[in-house]
Amino acid sequence: MSESIDSNTMKYKLINLYQQNRASILEGLPENMNRYRDAAIRDFDRMGIPEKGEEKYKYTDLMWAFGKTYGYAFKAHTINVDSSTLFQCAVPDLDTHTLILENGWFYERNNEHAALPKEIVACSIREASVTHAELFAKHYNQQAQEHPESVSVFNTAFAQDGMFLYIPDGFVMGKPIQIINLLRGNNPLLVNQRNLIVAGKNSQAKVIVCDHTLSHQNFLSNTVTEVFVDEQAVFDYYNIQNQHNQSSQVASLYIYQKKGSNTLTNTLTLHGGFVRNNVFVKLAEEHAEAHVYGLSLIDGKQHVDNYTFIDHAVPNCLSNEMYKNILDDDATGAFNGRILVRKDAQKTRAYQSNKNICLTPTARFFTKPQLEIYADDVKCSHGATVGQINEEAQFYLQSRGIGGREARMMLMYAFAYEVIRNIRVPVLVERYGELVERRLRGELSRCEGCFVHCN
Amino acid sequence: MLHIKNLKAGVDGKEILKGINLEVKPGEVHAIMGPNGSGKSTLSAVLAGNGRFTVTDGEATFNGKNLLEMAPEDRAREGLFLSFQYPVEIPGVSMVNFMKTAVNEHRKYQGLEPMSAGDFLKMLRDKKQVVEIDDRLTSRSVNEGFSGGEKKKNEIFQMAMLEPKLSILDETDSGLDIDALRIVANGVNKLKNANNATIVITHYQRLLDYIVPDVVHILYNGLIVKTGGKELALELEAKGYDWIKEAVKV
Repeated sequence: MSESIDSNTMKYKLINLYQQNRASILEGLPENMNRYRDAAIRDFDRMGIPEKGEEKYKYTDLMWAFGKTYGYAFKAHTINVDSSTLFQCAVPDLDTHTLILENGWFYERNNEHAALPKEIVACSIREASVTHAELFAKHYNQQAQEHPESVSVFNTAFAQDGMFLYIPDGFVMGKPIQIINLLRGNNPLLVNQRNLIVAGKNSQAKVIVCDHTLSHQNFLSNTVTEVFVDEQAVFDYYNIQNQHNQSSQVASLYIYQKKGSNTLTNTLTLHGGFVRNNVFVKLAEEHAEAHVYGLSLIDGKQHVDNYTFIDHAVPNCLSNEMYKNILDDDATGAFNGRILVRKDAQKTRAYQSNKNICLTPTARFFTKPQLEIYADDVKCSHGATVGQINEEAQFYLQSRGIGGREARMMLMYAFAYEVIRNIRVPVLVERYGELVERRLRGELSRCEGCFVHCN
Repeated sequence: MLHIKNLKAGVDGKEILKGINLEVKPGEVHAIMGPNGSGKSTLSAVLAGNGRFTVTDGEATFNGKNLLEMAPEDRAREGLFLSFQYPVEIPGVSMVNFMKTAVNEHRKYQGLEPMSAGDFLKMLRDKKQVVEIDDRLTSRSVNEGFSGGEKKKNEIFQMAMLEPKLSILDETDSGLDIDALRIVANGVNKLKNANNATIVITHYQRLLDYIVPDVVHILYNGLIVKTGGKELALELEAKGYDWIKEAVKV
């Protein structure tokens, strides 16, 4: 029944949902979070749910995700199970500070064992909006507002919780912080999670975000994460997406970089029926560097769409972008990489590469580089390919006694490794390698073998 | 060891090999010479099992087994080795992982346990000596960024690692300077023994100064038109291929 609903009707249903529940959404939350909501829902009304074919959604039908019937939770559940006892890290070598969010809510009880250094603030965004009001007000919704996206304004209107992370000036994290987002429940659920990360001047931190589903219901997670990276800070953001294949995920990541800062983002999509990732990077001050990577290994009827927008606003910045996809069966995918080099952004270096392998004739991939260069003294390059496994290379391996299947594996792994090798956490390179290999061999089911053990 | 009878093969419906007969015994070195386009590389590709080519007639047995029915990897595991004229670059697959996998797949085929890391690394070090290959090269991706000479050395290095019974060297001399040629030829000679055999495919006689053949065949227009001793190569070098073309016409 919900399958045939059109995007306009759905928009009104969602606006109505907001109006009906406005009081419960606002309840208990401070003005500096609530003040954006009414404007956001008006923006949502204006923008609607983009239809397939619109510029940023040329190959992706958001209604696959939004057109279903979901439940909504406007209050945190009283939890009776400690999530941290249900889940153990499957990878003993991956020594991290682990935080768990359940259905987008940050429960203090789940995160008593994170053992974070006392300098770090890691808490619910609800809590931070009160306890760190000034910092919060300075950064919350600033980047999302600069790029008004339908899915982001929808999130701004509804979001009630998520992760807040603050790494103070000069602080260097020894271990990575691992944020595990779990979705579970007995009913379909739409989750609007909102995260805010502030990396102070000259600080260093690495964050690993794992997205999982623990039950078979239809889930839609529509997440917005804003990251503010101050001068000379080094910040890594690794996102491992491994939700079940009936679930939908829309993840919008905003990164704002100050002078001399250096960021790396890496999105690894293993499972998930519908995945749309938006990555916005603004190189706002000189000598900032952004490395933006993505890898997806998909099959069945999975659909993955990566949209990136790198804004070179000032001179002397570097961006380096590489996205790769391997598609099997009837999987489909898209990449749209926009790079904007503004008029005075001289000495910009911006590189983009998107390479894809379709293993079957029914797997399809669409790629669209979009370079807009208004400065004249720049080095920019882009390249996009969609192809098959290199038969010459496969024969070469086979001629040395390596079996056909194994040879294909080696070549796919080699293809993926070009992305993996850029990870800046040595042990994570190995773990990624293992995950990718198991996924390619079809041995990785969505509920096991990840960083999280499912019972 | 290798028996080829009336082998016909082609690509996209075009016949290239038009009835090859060839017999290679253990301990022998055969040279196959011929002008460009005569079918030399097709013969090596068909024997190694390259799927681009279709065999239309004839037979080829290797140590009593029907070679043409085997997958490329099984031909290799049975002891057939092809040194490629144009070795393929494979970014992302390290030489060490490539060779470890290949050696262990051979061992598995022979019912042996995988080699321990220690033994494998020792073997790697020993075999590097054969072709004086650089440590730098074995720590890189397969053939990625190698010079022409390094690629050919790498082929012979792989041959040393896999210890084949029959090696087919497809234009191993092409693009090699004289020093690299000597190193590669020395490598091949060091690996030679009474139980293995080599087929050297070449356009020029020069390589045969270093790898001395027992038998020389001249391939022309998909057929072996002349077979003789090593002096045949010298005759060919002196008279040129036109001599053969004329002789065949008559």
